[in-house]
Amino acid sequence: MWREFRLIAGKDLRIEARSRVVTNQILPFALLILVLFAFAIDPDRGLLARVTGGLFWIAVLLATVLAVQRSFGLEAADGNRDGLRLAGLEPGAVFLGKAAAIFVQLMALEAVLLLGVAVLYTADLGEPLLLLTTSVAATAGLATAGSLYGVLAAGLRVRETLLPLLLLPVVAPVLIGATQGFESALARTPGEGWPWTGLLVVFAAIYTVFGILAFGPLLEEA
Amino acid sequence: MSQTAVVDGAPGSGEDALGHTGSVATRWLGVVVLIGAVALLAFGLVFSDPDVIQGDAVRLMYVHVPSAICMYLGVGALGLGSAVWLKRQTEFWDLLALAGAEIGALFTALTLLTGMLWGRPTWGVFWVWDARLTSTALLQVMLIGYLALRKLPGDATVRARRASITGLVIVLDLPLIHYSVEWWRTLHQGATISRLDPQIDGLMLFSLMLGIVVGALTFVWLMIHRFRLAHLEEQVEDRGLDAALDARRAEADRPPPAGDTPLVRTSP
Repeated sequence: MWREFRLIAGKDLRIEARSRVVTNQILPFALLILVLFAFAIDPDRGLLARVTGGLFWIAVLLATVLAVQRSFGLEAADGNRDGLRLAGLEPGAVFLGKAAAIFVQLMALEAVLLLGVAVLYTADLGEPLLLLTTSVAATAGLATAGSLYGVLAAGLRVRETLLPLLLLPVVAPVLIGATQGFESALARTPGEGWPWTGLLVVFAAIYTVFGILAFGPLLEEA
Repeated sequence: MSQTAVVDGAPGSGEDALGHTGSVATRWLGVVVLIGAVALLAFGLVFSDPDVIQGDAVRLMYVHVPSAICMYLGVGALGLGSAVWLKRQTEFWDLLALAGAEIGALFTALTLLTGMLWGRPTWGVFWVWDARLTSTALLQVMLIGYLALRKLPGDATVRARRASITGLVIVLDLPLIHYSVEWWRTLHQGATISRLDPQIDGLMLFSLMLGIVVGALTFVWLMIHRFRLAHLEEQVEDRGLDAALDARRAEADRPPPAGDTPLVRTSP
């Protein structure tokens, strides 16, 4: 199981290292969202600084939709799904591998995005430990829920339009929890932020377990 | 109000109609619902008094609370149908989930609508970012997504599997959404009815209870009809498939036209 997990995660990360879709397209897109938010919300009145946490996570959420679509778009081409299925791999391991690859990509994206808000929104990155914990827990939830819906939508002709509709309401708790965690970290009141990481961990745990169980049946259909 | 499903040109069957969504029992149930609705209108709008604080807006509660209860019943049917389908994989549970989601979505919309109409005179705004409103709105969006997923054409088993996993995710996600939103915004007002202390005047309480009973019966009536309609739709699909198969078989049995080699026979 561990070997299969590393195989799948390594495969996806290697494809990314060679194709650079996340670095060259999804990351610039997320940074673009930060700039667009500044146009929409007057940067001079201090409003931007107060809503930095929420804007950051909205940008991550939209990037997640793209990353999930990319990850399962890879499997859609040339009958890769059949190959994946017939390779005799444990479906749970495939799920964890794909989720882990998305997790790594999103964490890298968040690191750059965090620099972005620090520079563009003059956010004060105090409490790095809370920022890191919130990011890890929230991204784990996004990657697992995203992979579950990614494989579900992968076989559909309308996947580009249906995936956001299915995924975004389900990850609403992640948006709320991560935003609260970030806002309290940026305001240097970590006491309010830590309880939210608990919610994020519970979310990630539920979707990890559910994903491992449901991935096999979902992968079988095409 | 009952619908009839008809297959055009289904060969080999004497009668074209597959059946009705209504039966004697549901017709009587429908009559009871109609009488109940009239009674509810009378009690809700005429006999009961306006609230001391909320005024006439309180009358919306006689629809709003039953709608919310039916919304939960629908989601319950969706969760139950989805979970059992994954175990048994029979059509019944899939269609139960479908009916629950659709009727649940209807009552969710009704709950949101009546809630907003009540909120405007009571709170001064249509919408507040309170825990219950927010999670109900998210539920509505998730149910719409579920129904959109179900609308996609494809193999029945594949569709049912996708739908039941999505349905289960929605039901599993609801408590997460509820607690996160409640934690996020804790300015909502608590439940009034569950305490059942005499804060509610007798006639108002009766109207509310009547509303709940009528709402539940409406829910049952709608569920039965929606379920049967879905069942008939499946049968229509099957019959259409059978008819197409028969037509192809008849074609294959027919001798090829003279002067034409069997290998290059073209389809009409």
